[in-house]
Amino acid sequence: MIPEIGHYALVLALLLAIIQGTLPFAGAAKRNAAWMEAGRMAAYGQLGLIALAFLALMWAYVVSDFSVLNVVENSHSQKPMLYKVAGVWGNHEGSMLLWIFMLALFGAAVAGFGRNIPPTLKARVLGVQGLIGVGFLLFILATSNPFIRILPAPPDGNDLNPLLQDPGLAFHPPFLYLGYVGFSVAFSFAVGALIEGRVDPAWGRWVRPWTLVAWSSLTLGIAMGSWWAYYELGWGGWWFWDPVENASLMPWLAGTALLHSAIVVEKRDSLKTWTILLAVLTFSLSLMGTFLVRSGVLTSVHAFAVDPRRGVAILALLALATGGGLLLFALRAHTLKVGGLFAPISREGALVLNNLLLSVSTAVVLIGTLMPLVLDVFGHKISVGAPYFNAIIPFLAVPLVLAMAVGPFLPWKRADLAGIMGRLWVAGIVTVVAVMAALWAHGVKPVMALVGIGLAAWAFAGALWEIADRVKLFRIPLSDSLSRAGGLPRGAWGTSVAHAGMGIAIAGMVGTSFWLTEDVRVMARGEKTTVAGYELTLDKVEQAKGPNYSTEMGFFTVRVDGSVIATLTPERRWYPVARMQTTEAAIHTTFVSDLYAVLGEPSPDGKGWVVRIYHHPLVPWIWMGSLVMVFGGLLSLSDRRLRVGVPQRRANPVPPTMQPAE
Amino acid sequence: MSSVTKHRLLLLLPFTIFMVLLAYFAVGLTQDPSKLPSTMIDKPVPVFDLAGIDGGPGLASTDLTGKVQLVNVFASWCAPCRVEHPLLVRLAREEGIVIRGLNYKDKPEAAQAFLNMLGNPYTSIGADKDGRVGINFGVYGVPETYVIDKAGRIRYRHVGPLMPQDMEDVILPMLRELAK
Repeated sequence: MIPEIGHYALVLALLLAIIQGTLPFAGAAKRNAAWMEAGRMAAYGQLGLIALAFLALMWAYVVSDFSVLNVVENSHSQKPMLYKVAGVWGNHEGSMLLWIFMLALFGAAVAGFGRNIPPTLKARVLGVQGLIGVGFLLFILATSNPFIRILPAPPDGNDLNPLLQDPGLAFHPPFLYLGYVGFSVAFSFAVGALIEGRVDPAWGRWVRPWTLVAWSSLTLGIAMGSWWAYYELGWGGWWFWDPVENASLMPWLAGTALLHSAIVVEKRDSLKTWTILLAVLTFSLSLMGTFLVRSGVLTSVHAFAVDPRRGVAILALLALATGGGLLLFALRAHTLKVGGLFAPISREGALVLNNLLLSVSTAVVLIGTLMPLVLDVFGHKISVGAPYFNAIIPFLAVPLVLAMAVGPFLPWKRADLAGIMGRLWVAGIVTVVAVMAALWAHGVKPVMALVGIGLAAWAFAGALWEIADRVKLFRIPLSDSLSRAGGLPRGAWGTSVAHAGMGIAIAGMVGTSFWLTEDVRVMARGEKTTVAGYELTLDKVEQAKGPNYSTEMGFFTVRVDGSVIATLTPERRWYPVARMQTTEAAIHTTFVSDLYAVLGEPSPDGKGWVVRIYHHPLVPWIWMGSLVMVFGGLLSLSDRRLRVGVPQRRANPVPPTMQPAE
Repeated sequence: MSSVTKHRLLLLLPFTIFMVLLAYFAVGLTQDPSKLPSTMIDKPVPVFDLAGIDGGPGLASTDLTGKVQLVNVFASWCAPCRVEHPLLVRLAREEGIVIRGLNYKDKPEAAQAFLNMLGNPYTSIGADKDGRVGINFGVYGVPETYVIDKAGRIRYRHVGPLMPQDMEDVILPMLRELAK
């Protein structure tokens, strides 16, 4: 009964979405307030109905209702409760339902929050959200219905892919989708503005909080996915340039560019056409990610079941949304007025450089991901992999990070670069000290590692010094500095914190990429090995049983200078229902480095086990840095200027000296 | 052309690029990436002779005749390879299947470290450093696995990591059939 309620709720949600996707447009064109209001109500209604459907599917998973095909295929009665719940979105149908749930959430949020947005623009934004909803609801109901019954019901389910039974991955899709879908709001705002033919600083201010929410969620989602790959795939790699990872990286890169160019729209009323294009493209890349992952056009570790009918349907959605958005852009973008001018060396110039480098990076990732597909059509066969990306991306990342520390120091319109560099001397010193420390600890080779560490320190110190410089730290009494710090807008803090987080993450990436130590050997019980100053003893290997797997656990005692500091228990699990083996690495972290142990196969002579031990310097910083970046995003989001109404443009602009110095 | 017209044409550019991309996607959808291109089905394997990695036995097209066997394309930089690897090790050890490795666009020392770490299921390995042999095979991405019959002809191609299901439903029955 409950699955039928869920199914029925989806059908009703589709009807409401059709209303939301039509009436508000007509209302905005005819200035009919009631029709525009209908869009708002439909958005609330949709959220309620889709939440109901989502809960219905979750209920089927929680009680293990094996008369529902989706539950049979992806769950098992013995599975821990966390993974029963996570199983809801650990498959194609359920993840699409999660997608549409997020969309409804954002739709209702736009309906509820944006009170200061002109009613016609708001109606159109909601209308576009409604149309996206129509497309995806149709897609779910026609090709990916999670509520289909199976008769007779089998006694038990097939279990979820054991690789996906993991706390890190359980919450990875919701954040990823929150990011993907969040960019739909920026898309809707862009389309709304194109229809209205008007983009002004207020538009930049309305679109920014939504972009910030989406960006922060996507950052968190990607970080969780990479963390999962790090400890679950059993060798400590954290990024593979896998098509599915790239599919999430592209909207992140474009979204980061959008976040920055929207600032220029808001503060300087410039870069408007470009920002609109970015808003359309960022969401399109999110959709394309969905298409690539779901259609099976590209194969990958993460791919779910493949069905060509779904591929065609998602392609049609992509064509309508992106094609429609870009066509509207081609026809209407010329109506947007060109805004303020600026010199190349200025805050705007730095943000343009940021956008240029991020866009090129996006294109590089796009080409690398799609090239095999495109050439396949011509009958050529190539594959690019990590070597391609690793060869190109650093050349784009280096100038990006160099400029990242300088950008926030630059004033709008025009700047004196030499003077600015003089103010960055503290960051320069920190950079030199960091490089010296790296040199002392790891030697001169590889040189790229020193460059990387220097960049990380530059970004980190530059970001913090920017705040210090603004509050005139050490130049005025400390109490005055503190009160200035309290008075700084949250947006400024957000920028610094996010940039500093990026610096921390880069240090982590550099550390583990260049300074990894590994030891692979056969160890018998009682044997010892030393890796990077840690002495590990394999005490015993035991068999054990988990809820839906059997496992072999190795017990390692870790000693430093003879005293025990930790016990590591890596596992090798066997999931009989899914017939898959997984490795569970054991990690001892000091927050500066990780000691990482994996238990492998028994050695052929039966006397010991193949054991892999890694020392990953700085690796935890990748995820700590990512969290700091997310925190920066949230800080910026809490800026009160994003909530209060936009001041009307004054007839006489205040002189530049009176403007906030950012 | 006036600058206004040029500006309008420039605005049309993203749409045009997207349409081209869309056409590729549409064609891409009609092609099942897991199917061999028609030109390769039942054809003999391309002629090649590759050195091994780290002094181990190499791989030549002449090694691929006389016995039913698998050719597995792998690389140390490829994540899915790590996922399928335990299965390959089990097949080689427990089922006694001959698996030849084609180490695709990889550094020999990295490949050796990969095998030390995860075990070596391969009877012999060809180091395809520039990926040329891979291209002749029609490698689309790593990992890929080919079923080769006694006459040295390619009979089946699996794209992406081998999962236990693929093994038991497709590859093993096929190997048994071809071995008759």
